[in-house]
Amino acid sequence: MTAPRRNLVEVSDLKLHFPVYGGLLRRQVGNVKAVDGVSFDIIEGETLGLVGESGCGKSTCGRAVLRLYELSGGAVRIDGEDIATLSQEQLRRKRPTMQMVFQDPQASLNPRMTVAAIIGEPLDEHTDWSRARKLERIYELMDAVGLNRDFANRYPHAFSGGQRQRIGIARALALNPKFIVCDEPIAALDVSIQAQVVNLLEELQERFGLTYLFISHDLGMVRHIADRVAVMYLGRIVELAPVSALYDTPLHPYTQALLSAVPEPDPWTETRKERIVLKGDVPSPSNPPQGCNFCTRCPRVMDICRRIDPPYREHAPGHFAACHLLDETRTDQPKDGARPEQDQPHIHQGEDA
Amino acid sequence: MADGALPVLDVKNLKTVFRTRAGDIHAVNSVSFDLKPGELLGVVGESGSGKSVTMMSLLRLLPMPPAEILQGQVMLGGRDLLTTGEDDLRAVRGREVGFIFQDPMTSLNPVFTVGFQIMEPLRRHMGMTRAQARRRAAELLQLVGIPDAERRLKDYPHQFSGGMRQRVMIAIALACDPQVLIADEPTTALDVTIQAQILELVKELRQKLGMAIIWITHDLGVIAGIADRVMVMYGGQVVEHGPVREIFRNPAHPYTRALLQTVPKVHGDRDDKLRVIEGQPPIMVTVPTACPFRDRCAHAFDRCARENPARREIAPGHDVACHWDHHEAAT
Ligand SMILES: Nc1ncnc2c1ncn2[C@@H]1O[C@H](COP(=O)(O)OP(=O)(O)O)[C@@H](O)[C@H]1O
Ligand SMILES: Nc1ncnc2c1ncn2[C@@H]1O[C@H](COP(=O)(O)OP(=O)(O)O)[C@@H](O)[C@H]1O
Ligand SMILES: [Mg+2]
Ligand SMILES: [Mg+2]
Repeated sequence: MTAPRRNLVEVSDLKLHFPVYGGLLRRQVGNVKAVDGVSFDIIEGETLGLVGESGCGKSTCGRAVLRLYELSGGAVRIDGEDIATLSQEQLRRKRPTMQMVFQDPQASLNPRMTVAAIIGEPLDEHTDWSRARKLERIYELMDAVGLNRDFANRYPHAFSGGQRQRIGIARALALNPKFIVCDEPIAALDVSIQAQVVNLLEELQERFGLTYLFISHDLGMVRHIADRVAVMYLGRIVELAPVSALYDTPLHPYTQALLSAVPEPDPWTETRKERIVLKGDVPSPSNPPQGCNFCTRCPRVMDICRRIDPPYREHAPGHFAACHLLDETRTDQPKDGARPEQDQPHIHQGEDA
Repeated sequence: MADGALPVLDVKNLKTVFRTRAGDIHAVNSVSFDLKPGELLGVVGESGSGKSVTMMSLLRLLPMPPAEILQGQVMLGGRDLLTTGEDDLRAVRGREVGFIFQDPMTSLNPVFTVGFQIMEPLRRHMGMTRAQARRRAAELLQLVGIPDAERRLKDYPHQFSGGMRQRVMIAIALACDPQVLIADEPTTALDVTIQAQILELVKELRQKLGMAIIWITHDLGVIAGIADRVMVMYGGQVVEHGPVREIFRNPAHPYTRALLQTVPKVHGDRDDKLRVIEGQPPIMVTVPTACPFRDRCAHAFDRCARENPARREIAPGHDVACHWDHHEAAT
């Protein structure tokens, strides 16, 4: 069972800045630093969850990792190959191994194409298979995602949101990919349908040995599906850890606040809970604050946070975070066996919004 | 919230249908509920279950046609809103009953300042002068936690963030001191951090102002934190209703039970496999003569196809519309 764990995806110091134009001459006046230096690995066969508030750069990160955008900096190695430096032709040949499932199944499916044509499109583009062989593959994919073969010639509008997402998943699977970026694949679906789609994704992962980057703002669902989780804030990863460590002993005040904000379906704990309520909104990524990106909203902000960007460090095996609070407690502690999370008092005081 | 208190709002046997080209859609099927002074009634259910249409029917806010209210009674302040005149109803909307919708960007008018939009109902319903309305508008913005309120009256909706726009919507809904506030998925489009801010605000405002609230959501976590009573809707009808703790401790309807089990938790034990509800919510193309949930129900038996179950009380204040006896379940 303990096969060697291999990194399928290695992202280092990835940057994706969108130019902002302004003034009379429409000159570039600044940058939206949507992704501003993130590094992470994804182990073959695992699911890395990527969470954070809207606008923090999750989608941009997911697209950049597949080089759907030209990178502003950094490297993305997939299966050992840096895709940032591939030529367009090399990239085209690499495409089948890396795919994407989108949030809005409605918008991502061409309404004028039949389900069979949509699912078969990648086959048309990347194979020279006969019609019969393609059709056979399309049926196989429809079976795999739980779509009735009889509906192959229908159009997407005839399907419910959950079924449309299955069509999107079947299309992503067509070329036997190794790696799939799922960008909020369940956000547009009803609660009862969300569970169906997540179970399907898990089943397919097991069956085909898929590796997922699972982007979501639903912290409960990410806890369920992910092996490890990265928390993004304003273009940066502030914390990354195995799922149990992240949810049980979050180190970063942002992660703590995010988790505390999720309402639990339990009236007993909900009415008693002291919530950490963050003040205000996320600052603009075109003008991030000096020092730590989170310093304008952090309930435990210190002087140093407004001056110096905290280093992103490993605080326990596989548990990374970027926060000055952690570095402080660390220097006070004996080096051997110190578990930073135990030194971290959790915040119990609610902050007034 | 006293049990004996007379309800501020009392809805009986409400039926609303849409006459569309493709046929009728029975969106609301004999819905009855009431709302006591100062309480918060949570309404849950998947999309299409009839939550919004029910609430819009109360104030006749639906486009008619295609909508048609077939029957019902909506008692507010001693009169039936379904038979009262249009003028009277206009006075009720925004005055006695405040409304907050899911997407503040579509409900705020982009071409008017936020100040104008808060002042408008004050001048119309409360007969305030410009100066009075302006003062009150600034007070309201302050009340909902918008910093620098006086100055921000001059700003347009797009100059506010999503969370701040939702606060503006709340300020407008509260402007005329309504007895009843109806909030339709007001935090669904927001991030959890911003949702937490809004929920704190609502708790605070309830203490200060004491109005009764109907809060529509599909998020059981939100309900758990703020509701006194819960009404679960499915297929345009109320399938279960009761005090919040009773609903979470002793859910009786298979749909409520399944909903509670499909929510993955952030704290506590992690579930290995997510429970699913197979199939999809129905679109009611006929008057229901059978249980609308039966196709997806693990406990359905022949009677469920023959007869649409009526609501029956199973504990004080707790009723369920289901033929199955949930005590049969071991857990
Ligand atoms: N094509 C684009 N041009 C300019 N700015 C963009 C573009 N796409 C995204 N952004 C900006 O980049 C930031 C991150 O966006 P996004 O990656 O979509 O965040 P998330 O997926 O976490 O909600 C936001 O401020 C967004 O407005
Ligand atoms: N304008 C309309 N025309 C036709 N059908 C409608 C209209 N508005 C709502 N419906 C239908 O009424 C039913 C209930 O909808 P709604 O009350 O909006 O559900 P919810 O708010 O619970 O998501 C749905 O089947 C919906 O499709
Ligand atoms: Mg996104
Ligand atoms: Mg609705």
